[in-house]
Amino acid sequence: MRWAPPLKDAGCAALVALTLAFPLIGFQTSDAGVGFTTRFAWVGVAAVVVFVGRLLLGFAPQRFRLHQRGVRSTAVSDGKFVKLAAAALIVFAVLLPVTPLASRRSIDLATLALIYVILGWGLNVVVGLAGLLDLGYVAFYAVGAYSFALAAQWYHLSFWEMLPLSGMTAAMAGILLGIPVLRLRGDYLAIVTLGFGEIVRIVLNNWTAVTGGPNGVGDIPRPTVFGMPIASGAPVGVTTFNQFVGIAYDPMQRLIWLYYVALAVALAINWYSLHIRRLPVGRAWEAMREDEIACRALGLNPTTIKLSAFATGAMTGGFAGVLFAARAGFVSPESFNFQESATVLSIVVLGGMGSQLGVALAAVILATLPEFGREFAQYRMLIFGAAMVAIMIWRPRGIFTVRAPSVRLDRP
Amino acid sequence: MTRLPLLAVENLSMRFGGVIAVDDLSFTAYQHEITAIIGPNGAGKTTVFNCLTGFYRPTDGSLVLMSDGRDFRLERLQGYRIARHAGVARTFQNVRLFAGMTVLENLVVAQHVVLTRASGYNIGGLLGLKRHRDAERAAIARAREWLDLIDLTERADEVAGNLPYGAQRRLEIVRAMCTGPRLLCVDEPAAGLNPHESADLAQFLVSIRDRYGIGILLIEHDMSVVMGISDHVVVLNYGRKVADASPAEVRRDPAVIKAYLGEEDD
Repeated sequence: MRWAPPLKDAGCAALVALTLAFPLIGFQTSDAGVGFTTRFAWVGVAAVVVFVGRLLLGFAPQRFRLHQRGVRSTAVSDGKFVKLAAAALIVFAVLLPVTPLASRRSIDLATLALIYVILGWGLNVVVGLAGLLDLGYVAFYAVGAYSFALAAQWYHLSFWEMLPLSGMTAAMAGILLGIPVLRLRGDYLAIVTLGFGEIVRIVLNNWTAVTGGPNGVGDIPRPTVFGMPIASGAPVGVTTFNQFVGIAYDPMQRLIWLYYVALAVALAINWYSLHIRRLPVGRAWEAMREDEIACRALGLNPTTIKLSAFATGAMTGGFAGVLFAARAGFVSPESFNFQESATVLSIVVLGGMGSQLGVALAAVILATLPEFGREFAQYRMLIFGAAMVAIMIWRPRGIFTVRAPSVRLDRP
Repeated sequence: MTRLPLLAVENLSMRFGGVIAVDDLSFTAYQHEITAIIGPNGAGKTTVFNCLTGFYRPTDGSLVLMSDGRDFRLERLQGYRIARHAGVARTFQNVRLFAGMTVLENLVVAQHVVLTRASGYNIGGLLGLKRHRDAERAAIARAREWLDLIDLTERADEVAGNLPYGAQRRLEIVRAMCTGPRLLCVDEPAAGLNPHESADLAQFLVSIRDRYGIGILLIEHDMSVVMGISDHVVVLNYGRKVADASPAEVRRDPAVIKAYLGEEDD
């Protein structure tokens, strides 16, 4: 009798697979004309694969089963492992440019990964801590990138001047978005923020006089080393970093410098995020996520708490935008589409909402995976989807579900 | 001892469309006293609480909280300001803890207003100023005192949602007390508790009243709790006040008996 339930279960799954595969796999449109070819053999293969897979799952050890969902994983631990892993990750990040792994491509990719880490941490404040589902986070990324690009183009402001200013501009945009959506919750909030993200992109695309429209903005200055550019030659009166230190110019130096700048920004944001969680406002964000009505009854002002979450998240997104613009040297609206928002949101969800380390790991994985899998480019979305499904089944609350309390009781 | 009025409810009415939930209700709650509001289901008890704590804006009437010579017109204050400035704290019929946060965090969040000010609106806290650290230590000490009172010190660092139901109820009351209220509104604190737990909870409310000298407004269906600890009882039926007297008098009042048991057919 032990065989009966798994067999029945696998049979049902195979039936579902058959129904789905029939139209999806069974017919293929042909390139020429309006005809289509059929390939029913593959439908059968799909059903058999699902049947066997489901059957194996039925006999798998208990801990791989699907019945763990609904378990509210609220383990509170000291997080010794988390600390160790974080330290190892930071050491690796600092040493990366001197390891044999270092190459133009890998450093550039690592910079991109750091930008996604920063974006993930920023959105984590809004979604993970404050519980406000923001689907238009890319808007603040765009505001940061464009404010730097445009200020550099018109006023010749440098990276270091614009890094704080763009952060502030993005924070303002966060507050502007925050004010009208304060009353919204859950799905409604998600839709409005989604719209906001699209509006920003469409404005960038169409306001040609200011933003250059689809052509974007180019010639964005690279970050200097204490005012000295990294370059082979410089106009009269400007000392380059290479002349100052007395080493020959190598394009690699720029990449490594930008990488370290991104790393420094990321570490600063990590420090900030870890501290703000233990401050009254950070605790209030989490309380707001847990129960807004109880918050009001305790005298917490929902308006300021939500706005501060939006502003903090947006500011972080703005920093990431500046780094993005400096890395590419060029910004255009197509870099800030919904796909980006979705990627950052999946980073937060996969990483484990509220977990700094989990978000960082998820960001690194999601940012680098497409690059490693260039040969599998056409299967990228398939792998991505499968990874999502796997996470949702086995770790529904993200890779890291440990939540460290913001305050502890010192027992005598 | 003279009775000092704490809360004056005058001609309070609350209408939802055609439904009159509270109809021209007036009563007074006093400092150092437990005032119970009882009545059959749907009598409008929780609506009164929601008007008091700013969740509803009353259709008519006034709610005045008197304290230290100042009057707060609760019906004009914004929701969160009622708790913050007037000092009215409440608990909910269905427990509303921050379930994913620890027991201690629940109590520290309740002291948000004090802590925010001490941390220089978080900026001083980010810089690690001593004033903020001292304030946080004081907040933890205060939370600890309360946890000792309800025997939850051992579980302070556990997630609040994992506590047994009775402990959650006690924690919610303590969390409300951590805001330093003048008036504590408790909505059916004994619901879902066994008789033994109910008796303990009643004693706990009495000890809060005696120790902190605050006024308590109590909605409760468990008559052993109400009759045992209330200083006076307001009885509602269909949103109207039926009686307002001491527990002993209320128990004998024919109008109250009628509200609860209905009229005999002749």
